[in-house]
Amino acid sequence: MKRRDFLKSTIVFVSGASIPLSALELIDPKEVLAANEQLRWGFLVDTHKCVGCGFCVKACKIENDIPLNAHVTRTWVDRYIMKKDGKVVADNPKGAQNGFTNKKIDQNHAGMLEVPDEEIAQAFFVPKLCNHCETPACVQVCPVGATYQTADGAVLVDRKWCIGCGYCIMGCPYGVRFFHPTEHVADKCTFCYHRISKGGNTACAQACPFGARKIGNLRDPNDPVAQALLNQRVGVLRDEYGTKPQVFYIGLNMEVH
Amino acid sequence: MKGHVWRPLFVVIAIVVCILLFRAVYVPDDFGAHDRGYTFGYHRLSNEQEWKDFPAKYKGTEYCNECHDEKVAEVSVAQHEMIPCENCHSAAFNHPDNPEKLAIDRSRDLCIRCHSTLFMPSSDRNDIPGIDPAEHNVGMECSDCHNPHNPSLEEM
Repeated sequence: MKRRDFLKSTIVFVSGASIPLSALELIDPKEVLAANEQLRWGFLVDTHKCVGCGFCVKACKIENDIPLNAHVTRTWVDRYIMKKDGKVVADNPKGAQNGFTNKKIDQNHAGMLEVPDEEIAQAFFVPKLCNHCETPACVQVCPVGATYQTADGAVLVDRKWCIGCGYCIMGCPYGVRFFHPTEHVADKCTFCYHRISKGGNTACAQACPFGARKIGNLRDPNDPVAQALLNQRVGVLRDEYGTKPQVFYIGLNMEVH
Repeated sequence: MKGHVWRPLFVVIAIVVCILLFRAVYVPDDFGAHDRGYTFGYHRLSNEQEWKDFPAKYKGTEYCNECHDEKVAEVSVAQHEMIPCENCHSAAFNHPDNPEKLAIDRSRDLCIRCHSTLFMPSSDRNDIPGIDPAEHNVGMECSDCHNPHNPSLEEM
C-alpha cells in the first residue's frame, strides 16, 4: 500500500467512524409530532392568594365521592408558620377540609401548639395535590398496569384492574395517593379528568374564591397557566426525586416540600 | 426421551396453555402500551373513557344563573361576588330534579373559614376582615346580623 492511499483510507475511516449512529437514524415525523402533543395538563398554585378556607378540599371530596369523615383526601392545604428563631411548624387539620379557623397548630401527639403573633416571621398556606409528573414513580411501580398516564398527562387509576397492593402509595414521593375506604383500590387526584376533558374546570379550582388554583394546557402559549410559567418565578415540590412534577407554585419557600 | 421426562413436561405445557388461554379471555383487547409507552402507558384504554364519564356534582355559578339570575346579580355587586354559589348552597348535583332543594350551610363554621383572624404575614389571609370566633357574639349565627349576599358593614 502506498503512503498516499494509506492516509486517504485513514481519513475516510476516521471521519466515517466519527459519525454517531444516531445521526444516521431516520426520523419518523409521526414520532416527533407525538412528542409535541397539543395538550398537556398542568396546574398552577399561587400561595400568596390562598387564604386557607379549605373550600377546595371540601369540593374535591364531594365531587369525587371521597367520604368527608375519612382521613384521606385527594388534595389538602398545609399551613406553614416560620418563626423568627428559624423554626418551621406546619399542620393541616383534617386536610383543611373545614379550613383554618384556629391559631393553634396541630402537632399530632405533641398536642396543639400556639405560636404568639410576635414570634411569627412568615406564615402562609400551600395547597397540595397530585403533581401528575412527567415521569411518575407511582405508575412505574404498578405490577398490573392499573395506573397509567394518558397522552395529555393525567395520571389515573383503573379501578377494575387495581389489586390494592399499595406499591404506588409507597412509591409516590408526594404522598398524594391513598387507599380508597369504600372502593378498596388506590385512589388519587385525577385533575377532575371528567370535568377538564369536557372543557370545564377542576372542582377545587372552581371552588376557590381567590383564584389560587388554576388548571391549564401547558402546550398552549396563550393559556393563563402557560403564560404564568413563562413570565413568573415558579417552583415545584421535591424536584430532587426527578419525577418532573407538573404542579407549579408561585411564592414557594425552600422550607416547603 | 423416557416417559418419566415427558409426563411432567406435558403437565407443565398444559398449565402454560391454560394460563395463556385464560389471559386471552380475561385481558381485554384494548389493554396494552399506549401513548406513554410500556413504562407509563401500559393500561386498559377504555378506562380513560370511564373516567371521562364520571358524574360531575358541582355545576358552577353559570348553571345557577340560568334560573336564579336575580340572586346571582345581587351577589355579583357585593364583596362576596368571587365566592361560587355552591360553596355555601352545596353542590348542585342534578338540582332542580334531584335534589329538589339544596341544603344551605348557614353555620358559623362556614364563615370563619375565611373570617377567623389569623396572623398570616405573606398570605392574603391577612387582608380579610376577621373576628375571634371565641369572643365575637358566641352562640349566634353570622347570618343573624350579616347578609352573606351583601356583607357590607355600612348596610347592615
